[in-house]
Amino acid sequence: MKRKLLSAMLCAVLAINGSPVAMAATKVSDGVVKIGVLTDMSGTYSDLAGPGSLLAVQMAVQDFVAREKPGFKVEVISADHQNKGDISANKAREWIDTEKVDAIIDLVTTSTALAVMKVAKEKNRITIVSGAASTPITNEQCTDTNVHWTYDTYALAVGTGRAVVKQGGKNWFFLTADYAFGKALEKDTTDVVLENGGKVLGRVLHPFPAQDFSSFLLQAQSSGAQVIGLANAGNDTINSIKQAAEFGVTPKQSLAGLLMFITDVHSLGLKATQGMYLTTGFYWDMNEETRAWSRRFFEKKQRMPSMVQAGDYSAMYHYLKAVKAAGTDDTKTVMAKMKEMPVNDFFAKNGKIRDDGRMIHDMYLAQVKKPEESKYPWDYYHIRQVIPADQAFTPLSKSKCPLVKK
Amino acid sequence: MKRIAMGWVALVIAGLIAPFLVYPVFVMKVLCFALFACAFNLLLGYTGLLSFGHAAFLGSAGYIAGHTIKVLGFPPELGILAGTATAAVLGYVFGSLAIRRSGIYFAMITLALAQMVFFLALQMPFTGGEDGLQGVPRGMLFGVIDLRETMNMYYFVFAVFMIGFWIIYRAVHSPFGQVLKAIRENEPRAISLGYAVDKYKLLAFVLSAALSGLAGATKTLVFQLASLTDVHWHMSGEVVLMTLLGGMGTVFGPVVGAAVVMTLQNYGAEIGEWVTVLTGAIFVVCVLAFRRGIVGELAALFPVRKP
Repeated sequence: MKRKLLSAMLCAVLAINGSPVAMAATKVSDGVVKIGVLTDMSGTYSDLAGPGSLLAVQMAVQDFVAREKPGFKVEVISADHQNKGDISANKAREWIDTEKVDAIIDLVTTSTALAVMKVAKEKNRITIVSGAASTPITNEQCTDTNVHWTYDTYALAVGTGRAVVKQGGKNWFFLTADYAFGKALEKDTTDVVLENGGKVLGRVLHPFPAQDFSSFLLQAQSSGAQVIGLANAGNDTINSIKQAAEFGVTPKQSLAGLLMFITDVHSLGLKATQGMYLTTGFYWDMNEETRAWSRRFFEKKQRMPSMVQAGDYSAMYHYLKAVKAAGTDDTKTVMAKMKEMPVNDFFAKNGKIRDDGRMIHDMYLAQVKKPEESKYPWDYYHIRQVIPADQAFTPLSKSKCPLVKK
Repeated sequence: MKRIAMGWVALVIAGLIAPFLVYPVFVMKVLCFALFACAFNLLLGYTGLLSFGHAAFLGSAGYIAGHTIKVLGFPPELGILAGTATAAVLGYVFGSLAIRRSGIYFAMITLALAQMVFFLALQMPFTGGEDGLQGVPRGMLFGVIDLRETMNMYYFVFAVFMIGFWIIYRAVHSPFGQVLKAIRENEPRAISLGYAVDKYKLLAFVLSAALSGLAGATKTLVFQLASLTDVHWHMSGEVVLMTLLGGMGTVFGPVVGAAVVMTLQNYGAEIGEWVTVLTGAIFVVCVLAFRRGIVGELAALFPVRKP
């Protein structure tokens, strides 16, 4: 009896202490993969991410469970990070500590993304950034537990900047939001413009956030530049475009929105935005596959998806596939699997996750249609050019991420 | 007096067992904000000065603590001291300018100065601007206590809070505090009694700023980040809300107020946009229906019987 008890105890001890590594390699902890969608539910970015991102993630989970019939359950929880780094870091920490969340996705705005990435790295959990755009996410601040999925400021600057110069927009003037992000966007774009033989006539900094752009727009107007580059985001972009139309700056001079989403175009209307160039990682009306998925999204949300939301779906599906293929939700193993498998879905063809966490895929240069060219609701873009994955993002040779072996 | 003693005992017991009942990181956040609100209350509740720029002290101390710990390699206790000292110096500058005026002008001057600090935080390279300062290591306290352990961190924060709270309590219940209350009640009379009112006000201002800084620096260590949220004028407004909600001019009011506001923000994150509506509604109800705040109303419900 005693011996039996002893061996039983020994087994129990082994089960608890001895084999987490072996168990992790074959099993998903608790049989549940838990996903946290951390996004802006109420603020500036709730249109382009927010509830739509949550829906996209839920769709990915439903599709995955229906198609792949995994041996584990998938649960999704969400919260509003209010675009604040401290709230998002706190929420992420709490999710990981008390809810056993395995991966955190969306993360719109750079400050929240960076804050959560650091927490997740410390706690060894996966982060998937689809919403935020700054390049430090995969450069100076990169982590080996993070994937940056949809787009970044480099891709936007390169795409829009190069295209506009090639279309003859040689003389630029920048309207720049006066903080790190705006200046970085301006610098990246300036480099591209100069490289392609363009000229920068000047710039004006505006406070962030701003409501009244009149004096800045008048400066831009009197500069005589062909192109006014908007190195700002969100409501600042929307306001500057609206006011540019009111002041008659457009269509004499053209605007280049360096960070524009389809939701911005939708709320501004085609009259104010027609002819603008912008770079996007996804457009719903590209082919049968994108249309099919986007219509499903539309049915539930009454809006077409932004690239951030489409990217959330794609990333979530890829993550779950990696968990299934690896047979575990162990961070390191899943991350290795995610990097090993190519991404092939409606969002990306032959997408690949690099060592710095950057998912590279084709980006698209779009031009906003004239009102008379738009035939049906949400018919907003001409896709003018496909920017191949290897040209769209910062080359690894220029990467400042310590994880990249050179 | 007996009731205050009971309050202390309740606070200590609650503080000691809280991390076993509630998520510890959340309690740490509440403690940091409670200290911040108490420091603010020293000025608003006991001296009658409404500062609308206290975020500047919370935030700048956070940035300095974060920077000194992360980049200059300071140990956590020195980082916090550096942050607190910065806030005190800033408080001296703000205070010497602002106390020359009173009422709404005082509030406006502090707001204007705080906006300057916000601008600096947005523009100076070491703060990371919009992106903030992340990945501040918690490190070893006094070289021996590992703060990466949540419980160690918790009791450290609790100790910091208790020290700050005790300083405020002592200040309020000292002759110095009596003079502050006299200034609050009738400033010309305090002057006519021969008190150097400006010096008292300035000292209260610096003390309040320094303790706000202590809260901010500790918060940075807890979350391992410093962000613009803490220097934004919203934060200056939020601390007013906490203080009013809990009970202005009561010892424990701001603690309760901070706990309520933080709970709303934290657990309200799931209901999304309704949080701001809810906070606003509560504020309106508070101002309309119970002006003395939660603790103030409770105290009025159960008046102390004079022997």
